[in-house]
Amino acid sequence: MTQKLRLDGGRLDRTKALNFTFDGQAFQGYEGDTLASALMANGVRLIGRSFKYHRPRGVFTSGSEEPNALVELRSDARQEPNTRATVAELFDGLDARSQNRGPSLRWDPLAINDLFSNFLTAGFYYKTFMWPKSFWEKLYEPAIRRAAGLGSLSMQDDPDEYDKGFLHCDLLVIGAGPAGLMAAQIAGRAGARVIVADEDFLMGGRLNAERQEVGGMAGHDWAASVVSELHSMDNVRVMPRTSIIGAYDHGTYGAVERVQDHIHTPVSGKPRQILWRIYSKRAVLCAGATERPIAFPNNDRPGISLAASLRAYANRWATAPASRVAVFTNNDDGHRTAADLMARGVDVAAVVDVRQKAAKLSDARLIAGAQVIGTKGRQGLKSIRVRHSDGRLETISCGALGVSGGWNPNVHMTCHQNGRPVWDEDIAAFVPGADLPPGMSVAGAAKGLFTTTDALRNGAEEASAILSDLGFASGGATELPQADDAAYEHEPIYHVTHGKGRAWLDLQNDVTVKDVKLAHQENFRSVEHLKRYTTLGMATDQGKTSNVGALAVMAELTGKSIPETGTTVFRPPYTPVTVGAFGGRSVGAHYRPIRKTPSHKWAEENGAPLVRAGNWLRARWFPKSGETHWRESVDREVMHVRSKVGICDVSTLGKIDVQGADAAAFLNKVYANGFAKLAVGKVRYGLMLREEGILYDDGTAARLGEDHFVITTTTANAALVLRNMEFARQCLWPDMDVQLISTTEAWAQFAVAGPKSRELLQRVVDEKFDITNETFPFMACGELSVCDGLRARLFRISFSGELAYEIAVPARYGAAMWRRMLELGKDLDVIPYGVEALDVMRIEKGHPTGRELDGTTTALNMGMERMVSRKKDSIGSVLDQREGMIRTDGLRLVGLKPVNTSETFTAGTNLVNDGAEIVINNDQGRVTSACFSPSLGHCIGLALLKNGDARMGEVVRVVSPAQNTDVKVEVTTTHFFDPDGGRLRA
Amino acid sequence: MLINHPLLGPRDAQEFIYLGDARLIDRPDWQAADAQEQFFEYTYLRDNPAGEHKELWFHEYGDRSWLVVTRNTVTHEITHVELASEAARARGRSK
Amino acid sequence: MKYSGFRVIREALTGHRGWGPAWRDPEPKDQYDIIVVGGGGHGLATAHYLSSVYRELSVVVLEKSWIGSGNVGRNTTLVRSNYMLAENTKFYGMSLKLWENLEQDLNYNAMVSQRGILALHHDDGGRDAQLRLANTMRMAGGDGEMLDVDQIRKLYPGLDFNNPLFPITGGFIHRRGGTARHDAVTWGYARAADRRGVDIIQNCEVTGFRIENGKCIGVETTRGFIGGKKTGVAVAGRSSQLMAKAGLRLPIESHVLQAFVTEGLKPLLPGVVTYGAGHFYISQSDKGGLVFGGDLDAYNSYAQRGNIAVLDSVLEGGLSLLPIMSRARLLRSWGGIMDMSMDGSPIIDKTHIDGLYFNGGWCYGGFKATPASGMCFAHLLSTDQPHENAAGFRLDRFRRGYVIDENGVGPTPNLH
Repeated sequence: MTQKLRLDGGRLDRTKALNFTFDGQAFQGYEGDTLASALMANGVRLIGRSFKYHRPRGVFTSGSEEPNALVELRSDARQEPNTRATVAELFDGLDARSQNRGPSLRWDPLAINDLFSNFLTAGFYYKTFMWPKSFWEKLYEPAIRRAAGLGSLSMQDDPDEYDKGFLHCDLLVIGAGPAGLMAAQIAGRAGARVIVADEDFLMGGRLNAERQEVGGMAGHDWAASVVSELHSMDNVRVMPRTSIIGAYDHGTYGAVERVQDHIHTPVSGKPRQILWRIYSKRAVLCAGATERPIAFPNNDRPGISLAASLRAYANRWATAPASRVAVFTNNDDGHRTAADLMARGVDVAAVVDVRQKAAKLSDARLIAGAQVIGTKGRQGLKSIRVRHSDGRLETISCGALGVSGGWNPNVHMTCHQNGRPVWDEDIAAFVPGADLPPGMSVAGAAKGLFTTTDALRNGAEEASAILSDLGFASGGATELPQADDAAYEHEPIYHVTHGKGRAWLDLQNDVTVKDVKLAHQENFRSVEHLKRYTTLGMATDQGKTSNVGALAVMAELTGKSIPETGTTVFRPPYTPVTVGAFGGRSVGAHYRPIRKTPSHKWAEENGAPLVRAGNWLRARWFPKSGETHWRESVDREVMHVRSKVGICDVSTLGKIDVQGADAAAFLNKVYANGFAKLAVGKVRYGLMLREEGILYDDGTAARLGEDHFVITTTTANAALVLRNMEFARQCLWPDMDVQLISTTEAWAQFAVAGPKSRELLQRVVDEKFDITNETFPFMACGELSVCDGLRARLFRISFSGELAYEIAVPARYGAAMWRRMLELGKDLDVIPYGVEALDVMRIEKGHPTGRELDGTTTALNMGMERMVSRKKDSIGSVLDQREGMIRTDGLRLVGLKPVNTSETFTAGTNLVNDGAEIVINNDQGRVTSACFSPSLGHCIGLALLKNGDARMGEVVRVVSPAQNTDVKVEVTTTHFFDPDGGRLRA
Repeated sequence: MLINHPLLGPRDAQEFIYLGDARLIDRPDWQAADAQEQFFEYTYLRDNPAGEHKELWFHEYGDRSWLVVTRNTVTHEITHVELASEAARARGRSK
Repeated sequence: MKYSGFRVIREALTGHRGWGPAWRDPEPKDQYDIIVVGGGGHGLATAHYLSSVYRELSVVVLEKSWIGSGNVGRNTTLVRSNYMLAENTKFYGMSLKLWENLEQDLNYNAMVSQRGILALHHDDGGRDAQLRLANTMRMAGGDGEMLDVDQIRKLYPGLDFNNPLFPITGGFIHRRGGTARHDAVTWGYARAADRRGVDIIQNCEVTGFRIENGKCIGVETTRGFIGGKKTGVAVAGRSSQLMAKAGLRLPIESHVLQAFVTEGLKPLLPGVVTYGAGHFYISQSDKGGLVFGGDLDAYNSYAQRGNIAVLDSVLEGGLSLLPIMSRARLLRSWGGIMDMSMDGSPIIDKTHIDGLYFNGGWCYGGFKATPASGMCFAHLLSTDQPHENAAGFRLDRFRRGYVIDENGVGPTPNLH
């Protein structure tokens, strides 16, 4: 209730009093306050602690450049560390805590660092903590880590939601100060699609912080009237609380809109923040300028702020920083702060101006040609020490000091595409260079035009030029409003040379003038070395108030100019962005899409555990009641398929329809083996190589007609194979008459395997189609119909090694077909089987999968070298003949079985010779697949073994140092089960 | 980045899969006497310029066109986009 | 001057007047025995080992900008040796051993911190791949251990163990892996090399090679010709441009890799975690920032900056793994130029020009390779023989078919 420093007026709604707490203490502010302004009005000056020395700190700025006043906002799962109090909008019930401090903000044991600051200079840690060696991880580093960091995360899941969106516009206006509003108004009136975004919740920029007139009314009223007009235009989107974070390629801007950060608890179902991607034809950066401080001894005390920020607190937020204030400036703008504070009844003790000839621009006492060379008041400013031009010293008591060292245009985003700012001697500041991101213009203070008149005029000019480029007729003459303001006169000074004690440049990271001197002394003189050695500009404010000052100090030391010394690189985001906003809704269960197979619902109903294969979910096995271990289910499914019949959903396999007069010739190019002579009605297994001769996929190609093939790919490579085939079709052989289309989603496909599979299918396939062994032998295929006229495709192919088929029906009938087969096959004892049984059966048959075709293996490694035709041109068939790839002692696919059949081994293990030491130089290869074979009653595996085809019958060892296992195995053929293939031809 | 697709107009580069140097169109003759050397150079060696680069992009989440995009690798400016099939024909590829 | 805690105290008490330059800025001489082009981590490490191990007395490092201005100053600072192909296992194993003694070797605290690297898996295939990694690493004398979910939960309680799409089913930990302070690596090597008489010339760009009768006898620079009996090039991000001046086309494409850091936070991640479902890796710096990265932007680029699409997708993965980071704030993003080789493995070799040597193609892996790369390149430059632990990293392996393709994705550099 006290708000002892609250003044009259301001942009506050005094009918809405808001209660909040800071470090548990209750306070009150008004709607329109920030946490910083409300704390200031309540006389709270001490808000945080610095990073390294844990020095007491208060509010330094009134905007997003704030280095000092960081708090943990909200509590529990909504806790937000490092929140700048200067931009945190006050709401009823807000709770905030100080951070990076000891038991209490006032009493922080780590402030002892400050006493040892002479030992903890820039980069001291590079020179010590090296002995004894093991102590770094055990002792020194943990201590440093505990002391470092700022706020803390709650370690709980974020209860709020975020979203992402896409916007398009002709003109994006970044910043809604005088230049931005003028540009938006002109573009809006001309009918262009305009987005105007500002990080503040109240648009108008500095107009809200000044006592200036624009267009015959108060500046903030003029701003409000323009904003209101913009709101009324359908072609203009007005986005307050929206930070443009980066200028990306081709006119794309990132933006974060804080939709619900200004209310206590976000409305459920609505996002807390939205990450927008804005596609703009043009953009105009009206980001304004940031005031810079002057460094002087002990210039970091709570109560010392930027002068124009104090003016903003007085004018916009109706609060004085203290009852008695002083100003330290090198320019006329500082005097305005004194004048405005006095106009509101605040006692201004003095204006200390470094300029000998400074004019008296306010009623306050002017001390010209003087410097502030020291301060007192550990937890809040009590007095300043002033050195007069004649060397006389004076102590002036005051509770706040406004410092103005001039202004730096906010050039940040002009540099996001490797642009470099240039030095403007007139204003002693960096201004945007010529190499702006394409499509970006800059207007107003961001360009170094510091008067309101200039900002308005330039905003209008830039907008008009853009509109004319984009072909918009000028929307009638927009009269430029008159503004009363004065020219900007200043005399550069970055740090005072008198006085004792450390003078801070980077407040948050505790980088002082002395640190820069040390960096110089140790030859860390380039800007990037300076920054990296001292940590200058690497805090949460990214040096917005410190970089130029430090550069100036380094320039003095090297005797070079500031532009010769260089600039640091500006990188997105402009201000820190909540990580959650980048995730949007694509997190957790929605991180990746899910693709469901036609039998998905049935599998779920029947309790099948699912596994991801790419984005697909596939059933692993179908447990029967009483089965307690997955092996029971899988072994049963294998034995059942091998003795009766089972069905398995293989719809996830990639399917590509290949049509055209050159279809066969085309397949001859993309498969290593020949397809030109494949008869209609037949299927062939095919190998695909990459151009460098490595196997990358295998599958089948079925010839349904002279000009029509259907090929399958592995589940994992479906998209890649199509991409590569399209590459071959469009880029390599563009005149071939061939068309490709993915039909993976169009057809449901089921494997029907086992001795009774034909019997089952005969009940499904319409009677007029003969699928007996004679007319429809192994590797036959055809189009037919099932279930009374439903079109279908049947392929007699086998992955299991059994008599088997794959039947395909249009995807929308897939689920019904699955159920129908289970129903029609009941008396045949048909079961569903999952991908684990599928895998066991293929290992028993020695069929390679992605575990063998892992992108490093060749047809020769697989023992399939004879499949690669040397009589035709196909992708990969030249480079697979390089010397390193045809070594006779290279890896070959072999089978393994344990010598003692009760022993087991897994994939991911290595091979060494019997008796050999388990070291890398004795490595003989690796196990790629392994399983328990229920058909054989012991463990089996597939392995890549050096010179393996010549080592049949040899005993080697499967070793797994990580599991501490060592199993003797016999090298065998890969065909463990039914090696002559009699079963699949039955 | 935005790629001005010759058939579809400007599309976000996120819809595309990038392959690389458009010289991958110039696949050598498998029967040449030095075919292995030619294929080695074709497959592995790149000019990798800092500046204008003709490169292949596939509209995977779109119409499945392969495009040849002329883009500056320093500024990311795109100055030309054409269908790869047309570029391939222009470079003498047929069947 | 030797650095030590004692020295820090003494200087503090005497006004820090004794600290000299960490390295000199000498004028280049006309002639050196060995020219190292590139004042990044690899170039400076090469110079250090040339002078300290191979006792070369006349060595110069030429840097076009300021030392450490390339990838060594813009990476995610990981140090690890978790590879499964023998060539890589041996090389990175050696690198890790050098990291472990780096501070004592350099008398500079590069903050090598073996906090462990945890890789997660989410299915059987992932588990088997990690087991292969663990076994291969152990056979090569390294560490590598499989962890179950409970063990992981104790180390990293903030991970999303029950993600419906990618439940964590286990992991693999490389306890000797960790992080190092990247800039300190540059400065430490520079200072150590400088102390042994290596000239480090900043702001000296090599504009060409002087080649006479098939032999490289020096380099043209922006500061004039500098003669050298041998010239070694280690200029990640500019390899193709520079080597083109000697007539080489390299099996390299340059891509942009972004990395990210949040605002400083109190400690929450003890080590490094990599996600098995999306390409995402994260650690926490000593200053408290969460440092993370993911995939390349995927197109050739020298812009040293990326686009927002990759930023989105990296953080989607990050949030799915570590939902508790949602309310942290992203502070800064940056981009480096990765010289991606055609098999994902580097090149340390002679060229067809006498006296000209090349080191490059480090893909993502340059930082962790720094010490071994320097040692092996120094060995090659000094002895003209490949170091036994880098014998596979030859230029002609592509022509001859001996590629070292750890990921099995072939000559598609942006997939490595």
